[in-house]
Amino acid sequence: MSATPEKKTAKKMTPRTDMPVQPPFARIQNYLEVAVGYTEADAMAEAARCIQCKKPGCRQGCPVEIDIKGFIGQLQKGDLPGAYKVLREYNSLPAVCGRVCPQETQCEGMCILGKNPDKTGGPVAIGRLERFVADTFAARLAGGDAACMQITGEAACRMTRDDLKVACIGAGPSSLTVAGYLASLGIKVTVFEALHEVGGVLVYGIPEFRLPKDIVRREVDAMRDLGVEFRTNWVGGKAFTIKELMDEEGFKAVFIGVGAGLPQFMKIPGENSIGVFSANEYLTRVNLGRAYDFPNYDTPIFKADEVCVVGGGNVAMDAARTALRLGAKKVSIVYRRTKAEMPARLEELEHAIEEGVALELLCAPLALNADENKRLASMTVQNMKLGEPDASGRCRPEPIEGDTRTIPCQLVIIAVGTKPNPILLEATKGLALNKRGYIEANPETGETSIHNVFAGGDIVTGAATVISAMGAGRKAAKEIAKRLLGTEL
Amino acid sequence: MNYRILQKKVLIPGQTTLLVIDAPHVAKKAKPGNFVILRTSEKGERIPLTIADCDPVAGTVTIVFLVVGKSSAELNTFEEGQALHDFCGPLGKATHIEKQGTVICVGGGTGVAAMHHIAKGHAAMGNRVVAVIGARNKDLLLFCSELGSFCPEVLVATDDGSQGHHGFVTEVLKKRLEEDKDVSEVVAIGPVPMMEAVAKVTKPFGVKTTVSLNAIMVDGIGMCGACRCTVGGETKFACVDGPEFDGHEVDFGELRMRLSQFRPQEQESMQLFQHKCQCGEGK
Repeated sequence: MSATPEKKTAKKMTPRTDMPVQPPFARIQNYLEVAVGYTEADAMAEAARCIQCKKPGCRQGCPVEIDIKGFIGQLQKGDLPGAYKVLREYNSLPAVCGRVCPQETQCEGMCILGKNPDKTGGPVAIGRLERFVADTFAARLAGGDAACMQITGEAACRMTRDDLKVACIGAGPSSLTVAGYLASLGIKVTVFEALHEVGGVLVYGIPEFRLPKDIVRREVDAMRDLGVEFRTNWVGGKAFTIKELMDEEGFKAVFIGVGAGLPQFMKIPGENSIGVFSANEYLTRVNLGRAYDFPNYDTPIFKADEVCVVGGGNVAMDAARTALRLGAKKVSIVYRRTKAEMPARLEELEHAIEEGVALELLCAPLALNADENKRLASMTVQNMKLGEPDASGRCRPEPIEGDTRTIPCQLVIIAVGTKPNPILLEATKGLALNKRGYIEANPETGETSIHNVFAGGDIVTGAATVISAMGAGRKAAKEIAKRLLGTEL
Repeated sequence: MNYRILQKKVLIPGQTTLLVIDAPHVAKKAKPGNFVILRTSEKGERIPLTIADCDPVAGTVTIVFLVVGKSSAELNTFEEGQALHDFCGPLGKATHIEKQGTVICVGGGTGVAAMHHIAKGHAAMGNRVVAVIGARNKDLLLFCSELGSFCPEVLVATDDGSQGHHGFVTEVLKKRLEEDKDVSEVVAIGPVPMMEAVAKVTKPFGVKTTVSLNAIMVDGIGMCGACRCTVGGETKFACVDGPEFDGHEVDFGELRMRLSQFRPQEQESMQLFQHKCQCGEGK
């Protein structure tokens, strides 16, 4: 790695520009976004830190290989539309990814400035810049071609051709990517969504304080303007089958992006007690149902003074921080390994701790103890120690025989992962699944065992990130476009 | 999508209402045992309701609901010509219907409506369907004539004896099972205590007993697990594994408890709604 010019690393460089945030005491009283976003001055200062490496590591760290050097270079020149256009060539949801990607293990983890942070001030804040470019560009958009500009960064998109129809099942990150990409090429896209709102995990899962719904709405509105039709309340496999879409409705290709929706429980005693929820239920009530605004909104949410959240991923962090905002006195994250092994995005973990979330580490739930009315009263946990690294490279947690303790809690939220939702898969004959029950898709094209039926996102990989779902959608969309438009492309 | 109400019929004033909804794509696919999820407004919660009837030709789905809380009270303010905000279905596994002989379909309260669709399915398959329905008094009996149109027998029980047997449906059922040894299945839909009592009655006779569980649901597509219940010692999701299960295997006590999970919030919401109605703010 000799891409850095000598003279620049020799002296101490400007440190990474902090993200302005709502202070912890204030933000746990509201549901508004925690990180408020860079000002233009912040963004220009941070962009100036990028040394435009000849062989940028950041790009290798990005699952969809965004030309990061390129977009930051445009920003350095003050060319915001140029920066946006570069981002859009690779990323269909830059405003979302800038907020929710685990940058520290991806692009920023590979930034040369991160190698010696004491001297260099830390890696370039690529995610924050990505967010700045996407938000600022969208805010300045106006006029007739705004939708096309929003989706592609280009002034004009092709006219919609009603003879080329593509269906997307599910309306999360992967499907939205397919829809936007194909619509910009004039293909008529219909998106079928099972819930009453479009956005998938971006609206039912990720809380408003981390990803405002308006960001998602902005993308969806632009797609509508480009002719994408959204049909909410349509459950794939129930209201229609893929065969019907292709044989009777005239869809030339179908993209399956239904996510990995079935919550896993722990199969321990007391798990059906009152006060025990899957993170999916807890977050869906609050985010999709706006239960944080009950009774103004009708969906209720369960409240308690002492809350335990089981798991160490982003969903666990979201649930814990939501519980705090709903007035819990004590919220603890119960995790069987240590802080270092937590899969959550670093910023979310830091924010959670700042807000007062406690960590109960090296312990695994054994039983959920309820009172005579089946209402949860406490959780018994097995104390653990770290053993040898397992296949994932993380140290395997091992129980310390006979060493248990009890944590009082009236609400437990289980965030230990998901399984594939069987509804569409069982209703689709000939769709090949892998050993874990997810869809088998060609890694190059996204095509499944059924001709012209594609799949991407969590229903192929199991629970993963927004960016990888988006990337899979993009790959499939390109292949679909190639097949439908051929030489016209 | 415009889910217009084509017909509204008040079955029991202030308590039970029937709505016929214009929803062709749901009607085309709906089978006995399926349910729908609807919302009344942008701020509404998702309300699961078992389908009472459907007409694939006319493109309509019939639902019957009991006014129990804010959401159902608000639904009850809707009139013909108005549209529901959301209407999603069909959901859940359809009833397993095969040619098998005599099937007794027991319905209690609003559950009679859902039972009606299943009874109709069994009758269409060529099974001999005996309907057993109950209510507090004869004015509260639902779907009596509709069931009569395809069931050779409709047995009635009322708490006050104003029609049919003076007592519970379980007593009628028990008598029938003692007299008729050819009953291949009993289907029961109604309040949890009724379904539990039916399962208890049929157990000694060894008759297959199917119940439909009205668990609390959010998405209705298996995403959240709100509707989990214990069946045969295993956790099942009523929305995707059910809603129908073997009545002899269901943990009804747990179901009852879980149904009470949000009772304080339900009361709070209802009080606020009633207050608004009294103050003339409407919905």
